[in-house]
Amino acid sequence: MAEASQIPMPVPAPRMSRIVDAVLDRGPALAAVAGLLLLWQGVVWFFEVPEYMAPSPVAVLGAFQDNAGTLWLNFWPTFFEAALGFVAGNLVAILLAIWFVHNSTAERAFFPIAVFINTIPIIALAPVLVLIFGNGFAPKIIIAGLICFFPTLVNMVRGLKAVSPATLDLMRVLSASNWEIFWKVRLQSSLPFLFAALKIASTTCVIGAIVAEWIGSNYGLGALIIEATFNFRSPLLYATVFTAALLAVVMFALVSFAESRFIRWKTSDVH
Amino acid sequence: MVAAERHTAAGNPVASPEPGAIRVENVDVTFNEGRVVALRDVSVEIPQGAFVTILGPSGCGKSTLMRAIADLVPAARGHIDVQGQSPRNARADRNFSYVFQDATLLPWRTAIENVRLPLEVGGGGDTPADPHDLLELVGLKGRENALPHELSGGMRQRVAIARALVTRPKILLMDEPFGALDEITRDKLNEEVLRIWRETGTTILFVTHSIPEAAFLGQYVLMLAAHPGRVKEFMKVELPPERRLADRDTLEFVQITAHLRKLLEEC
Repeated sequence: MAEASQIPMPVPAPRMSRIVDAVLDRGPALAAVAGLLLLWQGVVWFFEVPEYMAPSPVAVLGAFQDNAGTLWLNFWPTFFEAALGFVAGNLVAILLAIWFVHNSTAERAFFPIAVFINTIPIIALAPVLVLIFGNGFAPKIIIAGLICFFPTLVNMVRGLKAVSPATLDLMRVLSASNWEIFWKVRLQSSLPFLFAALKIASTTCVIGAIVAEWIGSNYGLGALIIEATFNFRSPLLYATVFTAALLAVVMFALVSFAESRFIRWKTSDVH
Repeated sequence: MVAAERHTAAGNPVASPEPGAIRVENVDVTFNEGRVVALRDVSVEIPQGAFVTILGPSGCGKSTLMRAIADLVPAARGHIDVQGQSPRNARADRNFSYVFQDATLLPWRTAIENVRLPLEVGGGGDTPADPHDLLELVGLKGRENALPHELSGGMRQRVAIARALVTRPKILLMDEPFGALDEITRDKLNEEVLRIWRETGTTILFVTHSIPEAAFLGQYVLMLAAHPGRVKEFMKVELPPERRLADRDTLEFVQITAHLRKLLEEC
């Protein structure tokens, strides 16, 4: 090791200083958040805002501590609904996009229906689904899935079609079958489009699950939001909202991580 | 030298004279249901193993002729024969490869994986060349695992040439392959294409809009005229097959390019 360190070569920075660099890099963001929290605390103190109207950050922190068990217990159902809805909604959207790209009649027949479903406000659809499927997990997963469905469908269709005519000529000269063109070219070139949609879906599926829980549920973060609001337990309400946001951030981070694993290339054929 | 020998062989009065690699007879290609005539009554025979450059003003159907030979556009009239087969069967048999102006590499595949693509689709090839050898042939040894965005434009086109050679095609169709490259890179690749042609014995059809490129590379120049696209002249370039970039400053070469320029003005 001693010999290695004598070779005059750029050495990667030691771990500790990289962490310091990362903190410095995010410094402005961290400072802004801290400043806003301080401002919020100051306003609540100065104007003596009653806690049920707007709790101070300190009170919210206290609610996190007091209700850790409740929050944890209600986190899991919402996570479960959002994640299952994410998988189901996107899977259906991807399969439908593949069908549309290979069958323009199917696209012309069903795309308008997909647009129509997308125009129905999700909050109006939730009671309908609760009436049909009852109070269980099913309507929540369906709503979380529905909210993911449309952006993924549109992006995936665009992505599968985003193959240059020259590449299609190449595949034709190589006598590639439609299946080979799909498998070797279209699917890969759709990935950047797909991940753009999945990033949107990763946060909206949480919204879908929570909205569904508002309509009819006695568990989950959505139910907890309703309960805390009606009982004027504002610190708990805020703590729940932050937990829901955290869930969305985690989902987003997971999708971003998957993207960095799957897409290591850049489009280069444009001169 | 190899090419010269092959030609004496082709000229020998054997039982039946060796047929041309590509025979185009009275071909019309039209677009928009016959309203636009891209090629009219084109006839040409490309000798086996020859390097033929196709030159002509823009809109003369240089690329269309190549695309008709490659079965990418249908001929409205006439007959095309590629290695004794219809273009469609020749394509299925991997008798020709096509190099486009864009390298058209799949950006998620490394250089070597791009070279292997023709072996993975359309039934692959019967006797494929070694992709590693081909990357060495085009001067990219050591860059096998580079992704296309990590390569320069010239290097990407080299990968595309290696990919075209992996099925050991008898014919290489090159459609302005260096049109988007800078002059220095283009000169270097011109010399290398000549070397590859000599080493592999492939028949090469090469579309260009550069007069020096056409004269430097071609044993023959097929000059097309525009509106509608038709054959202006099919001429032999009277230069030895072994050529260097410096040869372009010789009197013989300049006389040839001057002649081509004059012909081009008449188109």
